[in-house]
Amino acid sequence: MQREEVIKIVNNFLVEEIEIEEDLLKEDALLKEGLHIDSLDFVDIVVIVEKNFGFKIKPEEMKDVKTLGQFYDYIAEKVK
Amino acid sequence: MKRVVITGMGIYSCLGKNLEEVTKSLYAGKSGIGIDPMRLEYGYRSPLTGIVERPALKGLLDRRSRVCLAEEGEYAYMATAEAIRNAGIDLDYLEKNEVGIFYGNDSSAKAVIEAHTTAMQYKDTQMMGSGAIFQSMNSTVTMNLSTIFKLRGVNMTISAACASGSHAIGLGLMFIRNGLQDMVICGGAQETSYLSMGSFDGIGAFSVRVDDPTKASRPFDRDRDGLVPGGGAATVILEEYEHAVKRGAPILAEVAGYGFSSNGANISQPSDHGSAIAMERALADAGVQAKDIDYINAHATSTLQGDAFEAMALDHLFTPYHTPISSTKSMTGHECWMAGASEIVYSNLMMQNSFIAPNLNFENPDEYSKNLNIVNKTQEKNIDIYLSNSFGFGGTNSALVIKKIK
Repeated sequence: MQREEVIKIVNNFLVEEIEIEEDLLKEDALLKEGLHIDSLDFVDIVVIVEKNFGFKIKPEEMKDVKTLGQFYDYIAEKVK
Repeated sequence: MKRVVITGMGIYSCLGKNLEEVTKSLYAGKSGIGIDPMRLEYGYRSPLTGIVERPALKGLLDRRSRVCLAEEGEYAYMATAEAIRNAGIDLDYLEKNEVGIFYGNDSSAKAVIEAHTTAMQYKDTQMMGSGAIFQSMNSTVTMNLSTIFKLRGVNMTISAACASGSHAIGLGLMFIRNGLQDMVICGGAQETSYLSMGSFDGIGAFSVRVDDPTKASRPFDRDRDGLVPGGGAATVILEEYEHAVKRGAPILAEVAGYGFSSNGANISQPSDHGSAIAMERALADAGVQAKDIDYINAHATSTLQGDAFEAMALDHLFTPYHTPISSTKSMTGHECWMAGASEIVYSNLMMQNSFIAPNLNFENPDEYSKNLNIVNKTQEKNIDIYLSNSFGFGGTNSALVIKKIK
């Protein structure tokens, strides 16, 4: 799967299911401070990612994922 | 001792989604009972239920609040939002003043069953998502409402089977009367999903009169064959009288008396003696006598035994006074954990509008109800003081006496 397609799917569920304003979805947006994704939201994101991309996010792999761009990269790497 | 009044009400049930709609249904004697096809597919003996539409909360509540709300919590939110508006308060008031909550709820089965199904499918509890824990606990209604409405007072769920909502109001009365709180949100909520009532259906408690759903719930009638489950939520705002006067709040009624008892006997079979004790205590607590009661909203659910035992108790206490009696469960079905609160809202609406809603389908009395003055058609009637009964599994009994403020 190409990175562009990952971005499209991720942005879609962040807007539709996590209800984050589309304007905030920038590559350099911080997941916690910028998009206000808290630990409970992240549980739902784990569920959505597994259903959409077919793999389970491992918390230890997310340690260095701080921005939305890094999150796209993490998923793209997993599904390439 | 402080006096306690009701300064706001809200309702979301099979009779309507707000006070105005419900008042019209009560006056018209309009049943809210229908058939749920999912129950047939699931293996119920009876597909009959009160038909309650899920509210659309997107736009009213943020995502986190919605994700954590179970079905009954959604109903409770709608009823409570209406009650708060009608009490003349808002979120700003709730943030600046200490307001408590006692809400009746005794199950949240859908969330539990769905979480189990997910775990079995994925073998991974994280797949249950972030809302499952907050939806599946018995205290789901109070934990959610206290968060949404920023409550900082007493905060707990009352689980007392089909008397939960009534005991919640009784406990709110006690807390305010004793000076522990100035204002408490009280109520009851009941889920209506087919996932919530299968085990109740399984013991043969439900009516199977499916040919005409509106005829199925027939409290006190000779030909009753069981109850019809219903649901939704009802909220009343209880407030200390002087506090309400000072605030310029609308004072709708006074919660004058609360009586309780436990039968200490069979888990499912009610007791005329136990229910009479609760009624007598409520009358004594209110400082009134049986002859003073203008209307009784009976617990009567349309079960053979339950109605018979309540009829015996009512006959013993009220027959000399020919007191008008009706069970609104003839229209709503048995709203279970919610019923004790919703029937206070229904009865208050009757008191405000001077009528008694009918006990639908009471066509022929049985040997127990033959002496009772059961109102089976809408009756214009001034009500100054009424009694509301609620009884539940395990022999828990609650009775409330409510007075008009003059």
